[in-house]
Amino acid sequence: MSMNTEFKPKIVAFCCNWCSYAGADLAGSSRLAYPADVKIIRVPCSCRVNPMFILRAFEKGADGVIICGCHPGDCHYSTGNYYARRRMTLLFSMLDYMGIERGRTRVEWVSAAEGVKFSNTMNEFVDAVRTLGPNKRLGDLRCKD
Amino acid sequence: MEASKKRQSEMVQEISGTNPLKCMKCGKCSASCPAYEKMDIKPHQFVSYVINEDVEALAKCDSLWVCLSCFACVERCPRDVKPGKIVDAARQLAVRQKGGSYLVPDEIPALVDEDLPQQLLVSAFRKFRR
Amino acid sequence: MHGIGVFVCHCGSNIAATVDVKKVVEMARLEPGVVHAEEYQYMCSEAGQERIATAIREKNLKGIVVCSCSPRMHEATFRKCAEKAGLNPYMVEIANLREQCSWIHKDIEEGTEKAVILARAAIAKVSLNTSLLPGESRVTKRALVIGGGIAGIQTALDIADAGYEVDIVEKTPSIGGKMAQLDKTFPTLDCSACILTPKMVDAAAHERINLYTYSEIEKVSGFVGDFTVDIRKKARYVNMDKCTGCGVCMEKCPSKKALSEFNSGLNNRPAIYTPFAQAIPNVPVIDPTQCTKLKTGKCGICERFCQAGAIDYTQKDEIVTRKYGAIVVATGFEIIKLDNLEEYAYSQSKDVITSLELERIMNAAGPTKGHLERLSDGKAPKNIVFVQCVGSRCDESKGKPYCSKICCMYTAKHAMLIRDKYPDVNVTVFYIDVRTPGKNFDEFYRRAVEEYGVNYVKGQVGKVAPQPDGSLLVHGVDLLDGKQLKISADMVVLAAAVEPSPSVRKIATMLTASIDTNNFLTEAHPKLRPVESPTAGVFLSGICQGPKDIPETVSQAGAAAVKVVGLLAKDKLLTNPCTAKPDELMCNGCGSCANVCPYGAISYEVKEINDHGIRENRRVAVVNSALCQGCGACTVTCPSGTMDLQGFSNRQILAEVDAICR
Repeated sequence: MSMNTEFKPKIVAFCCNWCSYAGADLAGSSRLAYPADVKIIRVPCSCRVNPMFILRAFEKGADGVIICGCHPGDCHYSTGNYYARRRMTLLFSMLDYMGIERGRTRVEWVSAAEGVKFSNTMNEFVDAVRTLGPNKRLGDLRCKD
Repeated sequence: MEASKKRQSEMVQEISGTNPLKCMKCGKCSASCPAYEKMDIKPHQFVSYVINEDVEALAKCDSLWVCLSCFACVERCPRDVKPGKIVDAARQLAVRQKGGSYLVPDEIPALVDEDLPQQLLVSAFRKFRR
Repeated sequence: MHGIGVFVCHCGSNIAATVDVKKVVEMARLEPGVVHAEEYQYMCSEAGQERIATAIREKNLKGIVVCSCSPRMHEATFRKCAEKAGLNPYMVEIANLREQCSWIHKDIEEGTEKAVILARAAIAKVSLNTSLLPGESRVTKRALVIGGGIAGIQTALDIADAGYEVDIVEKTPSIGGKMAQLDKTFPTLDCSACILTPKMVDAAAHERINLYTYSEIEKVSGFVGDFTVDIRKKARYVNMDKCTGCGVCMEKCPSKKALSEFNSGLNNRPAIYTPFAQAIPNVPVIDPTQCTKLKTGKCGICERFCQAGAIDYTQKDEIVTRKYGAIVVATGFEIIKLDNLEEYAYSQSKDVITSLELERIMNAAGPTKGHLERLSDGKAPKNIVFVQCVGSRCDESKGKPYCSKICCMYTAKHAMLIRDKYPDVNVTVFYIDVRTPGKNFDEFYRRAVEEYGVNYVKGQVGKVAPQPDGSLLVHGVDLLDGKQLKISADMVVLAAAVEPSPSVRKIATMLTASIDTNNFLTEAHPKLRPVESPTAGVFLSGICQGPKDIPETVSQAGAAAVKVVGLLAKDKLLTNPCTAKPDELMCNGCGSCANVCPYGAISYEVKEINDHGIRENRRVAVVNSALCQGCGACTVTCPSGTMDLQGFSNRQILAEVDAICR
């Protein structure tokens, strides 16, 4: 059980430059804490997130991947988040089939003004991943040990 | 007192499901209260008493039994603090302190006539109706 | 890549307090390719930038990582610094140690560990960066201002005075906006119309300002410096060139049942109307929902009486397409609907009014010719109660969470004016806090209390109950005296919250400008770039950005105008070089990428391709880098992996993923 309490998940968060990354900045400047397990990668738009990136993250040992974009209708590039939503719906159901539980993947809309939502989302997501425990399914065995 | 002041204040918040820190001290609850004149501690004061962790005073005050549980304050509170539910929670605590923190349904008819305040039943019905 | 420099900023104690910066430097030195790492108190300072420049020159750095605040803050600063030192500006990456790490983590061990990983990810990315050169795009020397209120008028005047053409698009028949509806202005008690109408005339007469009234934005495309906008000129049914503005048509029109928008619906206007007497342009419009001729074909009275022959029932909406270099949003505000606040009896009694309605009642050109009277029976009120914070500072289920900012001051103004003109009227103001930050504001409020005898009561109103005798029983509380009050009033005035004009959401979507949860437009930076939208070329003026009073609106309008002029003064703009780039060898010309491109930046050409010695003509994708905005939708859609995004390439992002998950 001690192993479970010490479990520090690796969480990769892809944030779009215009809304969610700015939302994360606002969470930071408002001092709204979320676990240090979350590491953010900046992308221009949620539609830049290639499923390949997510697969690679799980392969390299990530325990959860979250993609944050602008709210529907508010995408800086008009339609990017719609593409992201469709792609991720497909990808996540495939990942689920492969044994990467739904709780480890998420798409969330966070605007530049929603620092609170960003922090809450990250707290919830990390909690969810913590309950699921370490991800073993897609790990690249060649890289381990 | 068994529970600490802090714990009592937390209990009021748990039972009522309200966050007194959301209060902006506008007084709309007291403006709306039909029983205001008869209250020794006014509806808006209930909120600050909980913030200041003085639930003991609330448990002793007359307002608990004067409150009509009409929930006008709950309806109108612009900040969703629900002072009426705080009154209700303090009332529950007061009842618990008097001993017996639960009711056995079969015992109700007898109790209703004697010790149990009608107020609490009415309030409970109103509270859980929605 | 060999030759990476890492620069860790303390940001005073902002970073150094929860991140062991020395440890970050130490760990960064161990990363492959890193030849230089140092820490300094303020990297963004001149001395800090000098350190970076010196290191680039002396150690011949090929790429640098600055571990500091958000790239949204200082990426541009450090890019400029690198460029000055002879390094391509796109060889700079930022690790966001402040917003993403030190400010949100309290434990120094945890913070340092995360900081090291963030730095590692940035190093991994920069080692795959390539030098990029920005392209150039032209600037159309014309600005569009959306909204013709005081914000829009002032912005347009300032831009036009600087020598650039401006178009104002206003959805109502006249410019003037909400300020035209006001009677007096605080804290000087200037007559609103007296200071606004000259500005309206200036705008209309200005040789470089063009007004599109009774018009709306239909479609926006393009980008900073080169927007293309479709404007819908709604049919006025009156020929603007022929109309002399004599007003006979309005007098003769038999359909007079429509509620006057300008008078807040307190009285009626004809179907053919100008919103108010000083309207600009002074050309009426026919309201097609009210006009008998347009609805049934029978009437035509206005046409018969119009000596200029200006009436034209056959007019149709017209779409005008124009090009602009910059767009200013100045869409203003509306008063919220009071449906959620039934306790104030706004919908039950005619004598419960909003403050904007009181402005019209107090105004000499208003429905009561400036006499203070009850709308129900026309009697002069003796007791008036003002209620503040109606729908402002509320839980989201009840109203708006923000302070509307202007209500404290206009309520003091109303109370003072009433006491001045009608000394026998009792005025009571229920307040929660009186907020008077502004020049001469608190003095103004004190005058209302001390000189005019306005009764300020600290407390809120719980209920307004209309009585059978026509009076209003106000249930309130005086928190300082600890008394519940029941006041019999003749009139209750509600300081209802302001909200951004509902039209703004549609406009923001067209402009791809971001908007917050309250429908206020977001600034590029809340402190340092308050009049710019994060979307390049879009600027903000007035209440569309947040609640503000007239002087603040006017200063913001001027600030937005300066930003617009600064943009229009340039002949060329540098474009973002982070654009999509196809690998011709891998492209099979399937057409998927062009389908998802929101900018139409991708086309196909038949090119001769040398595929490992085999020369053949193939249909391949070509990206127009002037049009590409770099979203990356095409890169993920491409089935063969041909498309990549410069500056955010697949390899770069994968390197970041690897570094984080290592």
